[in-house]
Amino acid sequence: MNDPTTATQNATLFEKLGGEPAVNAAVDIFYRKVIADPRINTFFFGVDMAQQAAKQKSFLTMAFGGPHHYTGLDMRRGHARLVQMGLTDRHFDAVLEHLGNTLRELNVAAPLIDQVIAIAESTRTDVLGR
Amino acid sequence: MPVVCHEGQSVELAEGQSVLDALLAQGVPVPYACRAGICQSCLMRAVEGQPPASSQQGLKETLRLQNYFLACVCHPTENLRVALPSAQELNVPATVTGLRRLNAEIIELTLMAHAPLDYRAGQFIAVINKDTGQGRSYSLASVPGEEESLHLHVRRLPGGRISGWIHEELRAGQTIEIRGPAGDCFYVPGRPEQPLLLIGTGSGLAPLYGILRDALARGHWGPIRLFHGSRNAGGIYLRNELRELARRHPRFDYVPCLSGPDISPGYASGRAHDAALAEVPDLKGWRVFLCGHPDMVQQAQMRAYLAGASLQEIHADAFQSNHAGAAS
Repeated sequence: MNDPTTATQNATLFEKLGGEPAVNAAVDIFYRKVIADPRINTFFFGVDMAQQAAKQKSFLTMAFGGPHHYTGLDMRRGHARLVQMGLTDRHFDAVLEHLGNTLRELNVAAPLIDQVIAIAESTRTDVLGR
Repeated sequence: MPVVCHEGQSVELAEGQSVLDALLAQGVPVPYACRAGICQSCLMRAVEGQPPASSQQGLKETLRLQNYFLACVCHPTENLRVALPSAQELNVPATVTGLRRLNAEIIELTLMAHAPLDYRAGQFIAVINKDTGQGRSYSLASVPGEEESLHLHVRRLPGGRISGWIHEELRAGQTIEIRGPAGDCFYVPGRPEQPLLLIGTGSGLAPLYGILRDALARGHWGPIRLFHGSRNAGGIYLRNELRELARRHPRFDYVPCLSGPDISPGYASGRAHDAALAEVPDLKGWRVFLCGHPDMVQQAQMRAYLAGASLQEIHADAFQSNHAGAAS
């Protein structure tokens, strides 16, 4: 079986947040914020929205502590083109800001929001290719 | 990198290379079309080794359990021995029961499958030429329960091998093969009051015509608005049938749209999705179906979402190139 400490903790966070329906609700709000934000939306111009929404869903599932298949290498590869386009900490911070606001809009308790942000934060070096 | 073995021939995958590309480079004639994990043309089976779950998305459970996978999106983490599925494993024979011209470019192909096909209006099937082994996916305009036969709208593409074959060589009474169905662009029962917005261009009308009639047959009573676009009036088809449906169902409303310079009475001028979003600027709570030209679908997806439609409720025809003009 899984490592009881990490696996149970993650499952608990995902369950506490409401599982997949909660992810779907959050993606809708989160992605709308992201593409409406002139600080970061240029990175999303011209990309297929359905594919992009599916990626946002995978990302949020991971940040919610849910089942996912992301590796650090995937994160690196997936964002390499954006890093070349000038993706930096400033943009990463903006995305985290939208993630936090999305969860507040959904009335998620502050300690859970902190856990989600911490998981998302853990991808920073890979996303930014450092 | 993992090694893929096909009929005694082995090839090591290059970084980022799909199983499809590796096999094509070896001269293995794997059929393919969309290269995006959608059309299922490049369906293969792993005889040894486990294909990654990401290469099995959209496949029926029975196929997944038998280790079928889509070669175009298969980036395995272990060695695989693979085989092309034989025709009798997956294909179903079907008799051509009719060929009817819908407009200058599009004909309706009517088929009777030799075994019952469990499908939803708006899903797609592949039509396969047994002589060449080539196939192409087309959306189903027919509705199970309403029609016994399968109806497809086939646009003649310049240089299109399958569409050319269907337009010029197929005759009623001939037997061909089909495979499928697949796809998740169809009416979802359970919310008969929900407003539906259907936007299509060209032969993208096919799945919408099926979805619309499926919804009506299932007692949908919320508003249904259909916008069908073409450059000129010659590209608009099934107009009389749709007007008749609109007459019989007051909650259904049909707007043919012309994006070219012509202005004709009875048509909206401008592109279908522009006309639709101008008439329905707030899409909160709507379910949206988009089929046709990929540029239209892509723009309309974004605009429908920004107009308030939920991501979960925007369905796009997965198999767009039929309606768009990519040659096959």
